[in-house]
Amino acid sequence: MGHIELSPTVAFSRRTVLKTSLVAGGGLMLGLRLPGLARGAEAAAVFVPNAFVKIEPSGTITLIMPNAEVGQGIFTSAAMLLAEELEVGLDQVQLQAAPPDLLRYTDPSLGDQATGGSASIRGDWMRLRQAGATARVMLITAAAKQWKVDPASCHAEHGAVLHTPTGRSLPYGAVAAAAATLPVPTDVPLKAPADFKLIGTNAKRLDTPSKVNGTAIYGIDAKLPGMKIGTVAISPVNGGKLASMNEAAARAIPGVRDVLKLDDIAVAVIGDHMWAAKQGLERLAVVWEGGPNRAVTTGSIIAAMDKASQSSGVVAKKEGDAEGAIKAAATSLSAIYELPFLSHAPMEPVNCLLHVRADGAEVWVGTQVPVRAQNAVAKMTGLKPETIVINNLYCGAAFGRRLDIDSIEIAAGFAKQVAYPVKLIWTREEDTQHDYYRPYYYDRVAAGLDSSGKLMGWTHRVTGSSVMARWAPSAFKNGLDPDAVEGAADTPYEVPATLVDYVRAEPEGLNTGWWRGVGPTHNVFVVESFVDELAAAAKQDPVAFRRAMLQKNPRALAVLSLAAEKAGWGTALPSGHGRGVEVQFAFGTYIATVMEVEVTRQGEILPRRAVVAVDCGTVVNPDTVRAQIEGGMILGLGTALYNEITLANGRVEQSNFHDYRTLRMNEAPKIEVYPIRNNEKPGGIGETGTVAAAPSLGNAIFAATGRRLRRLPFGNQLQAS
Amino acid sequence: MFSLSINGQTQQVDVPADMPLLWVLRDVLGMTGTKFGCGIAQCGACTVHLGGAAVRSCLLPVSGIGDQPIVTIEAVGDSPTGAKVQHAWLDKEVVQCGYCQSGQIMSATALLNQTPKPTDADIDSAMSGNICRCGTYVRIREAIHAAASA
Ligand code: FES
Ligand code: FES
Repeated sequence: MGHIELSPTVAFSRRTVLKTSLVAGGGLMLGLRLPGLARGAEAAAVFVPNAFVKIEPSGTITLIMPNAEVGQGIFTSAAMLLAEELEVGLDQVQLQAAPPDLLRYTDPSLGDQATGGSASIRGDWMRLRQAGATARVMLITAAAKQWKVDPASCHAEHGAVLHTPTGRSLPYGAVAAAAATLPVPTDVPLKAPADFKLIGTNAKRLDTPSKVNGTAIYGIDAKLPGMKIGTVAISPVNGGKLASMNEAAARAIPGVRDVLKLDDIAVAVIGDHMWAAKQGLERLAVVWEGGPNRAVTTGSIIAAMDKASQSSGVVAKKEGDAEGAIKAAATSLSAIYELPFLSHAPMEPVNCLLHVRADGAEVWVGTQVPVRAQNAVAKMTGLKPETIVINNLYCGAAFGRRLDIDSIEIAAGFAKQVAYPVKLIWTREEDTQHDYYRPYYYDRVAAGLDSSGKLMGWTHRVTGSSVMARWAPSAFKNGLDPDAVEGAADTPYEVPATLVDYVRAEPEGLNTGWWRGVGPTHNVFVVESFVDELAAAAKQDPVAFRRAMLQKNPRALAVLSLAAEKAGWGTALPSGHGRGVEVQFAFGTYIATVMEVEVTRQGEILPRRAVVAVDCGTVVNPDTVRAQIEGGMILGLGTALYNEITLANGRVEQSNFHDYRTLRMNEAPKIEVYPIRNNEKPGGIGETGTVAAAPSLGNAIFAATGRRLRRLPFGNQLQAS
Repeated sequence: MFSLSINGQTQQVDVPADMPLLWVLRDVLGMTGTKFGCGIAQCGACTVHLGGAAVRSCLLPVSGIGDQPIVTIEAVGDSPTGAKVQHAWLDKEVVQCGYCQSGQIMSATALLNQTPKPTDADIDSAMSGNICRCGTYVRIREAIHAAASA
């Protein structure tokens, strides 16, 4: 089993970096950015042909992981891409988390050093294979030179160069120093899919052995000598200010060391251990002044969105005259769909360990955005970013929570006030109540059918917050948030006339952020529920109705047919059961799901079986694809059934897992995943299962009960009636 | 001062009597395999064995432990059942982020010690206190059955 090192950031030596200054992608690398880490003569012998591969004369092979491991298995899949072309076994490599460095580690499809949007494999597919292949060619060249033979007569295998005619071999470590002196070739050819040894196999995950015996280190587990532990309270009303607190009472708790304020927006109690900090915070009895949002309620936010949604928005897609087609239609339907604010609730609450000194800082955290994390600490401490070392650790899931750096900023604001290293851990309550929430969406849809039941026109107006405008303003152009309409403006269906527009409506009193499945988790629910309504209005079978609109979309049609077949679509079910279908094209991947639900007489909604067909093009690790769909589906079902964040008096009402529930073992349905394999470009997978959950469940509920639920969560909506 | 038997070793800890075992393990003894998820016995991330039973360490005051032996994820693999469970977890590739899995493995091991051939209903009742936000339940169930027949 390979070794994974999640500790200090990679120290490329200046000399090595300058020598091989072209990144595989073509950009010029900056020299060493971390002070004092060059290792002189020894480093000269280390082979670092690009940002992702490092081979030492000792034979140690280190692969640098550009993405954060949040549970999606990317450390293994990324290592597979590198190892495939480098010709090393996964048992021969060490993995190391990439340091913050936009020049070397920006995800090509996200334009940031970020892990999100199910983008990692798509972003890594070319660059990591190129990095591996380039390194391999240089190692072969170096060995051939040493043997004075033609490189074409050599090949690489399992971490060594072999001279094919004589059978001589040299391990990579033995030629690393020589390879480091060679120019970096460009345009190295990549393997044909037929030659893949690792890609497409169920390679065992490299990070999991440490996660079954307690040795894996997540952000919350990081330790430094002399470290203290603190916990944080932020105003429960967004924008509220500290009014008073009882510092003496907090300090009276044994083990409490410090009570800190960050301006008047947050307080922290620091102690020898979390128990002292928690107790101290309770005794602190902080009183907050409400501030401008103190009267905000979910109701007031929804009323404002309803109003905003009545005027037309920025056009995201316009084909034909959809409104005219609906007016002229034999049958027309319209509906409002609503999706709640959601918290991420990753299993590991947000946390951050920092040691801030006069000349720099050391930070230990699990983040999806290491450069933003570094800049956040720089902003709060006044230190130069290059003096701040970010050690990116395993994330106890993220679901988008760790794409924001609010908790790191606040931690830095406290850590700079003390000389010792301090780990700030949010309680679950604090995490639930101060998240960057998935926006509330208020969507209006309308459509017209001709007398044969054919869809003639479709309109969809999305009203909601723009996460993009805050998070990546350059992608928010002319008032259009491309994420807010993703899955709405690009449905898999062929429709004669379509109008999709977007109304930006920012809620008062809370912040919004990315949440697993982003645009598609919202829009596929609306689109697929409403398509189901149309099928019912047309008195057609939901699968047949969709098929008719997918005739020019063979990959979508194929997953739909496969899911329907495997699920036994059309076969009899016990009374109170129903099957619902959904089709999606999201993150470059086609999925169709058939969900079977039981709705009890009391109106309890019990998902029983999910059948998912998936075509994500070329698959790097089939078992990981399966796992992501299973897990994403469970998260999506729990969310669709139970989760909403609501506000009263400007305060989030939910606080912990008792009122922000997660699906539990006894509630989990059977999940079957059926892949369609081909050599198309790889699609994203991490968020797709979550996208599929709510629409397939809602449609199954309709099939079981005849009740169309247009508002999430479904919760007890059937029990109330 | 409390004397605790943890993973077969006696540890002296000078901590407040009401301090939950979770924080004694993590912050005093540096044993971070046991995780903090909720602090209110809702998630199971902090599960350890106390006298062989799966308990939530986040609400277990150190003063209530006495001489009952504690086993944590760091040592559960020393027992045949624990080792089988860990093995099945890797074999079925249960783990995603892994943060809940210390607790899942502790609960599953306690279940199998008690009920060597659990039914699905047994698994439901033993494991429903352990939340997994990554949604690994399908594989946890498979892995428990696999460990039971290993
Ligand atoms: S941390 Fe103990 S049950 Fe959640
Ligand atoms: S594996 Fe991530 S919470 Fe269970």
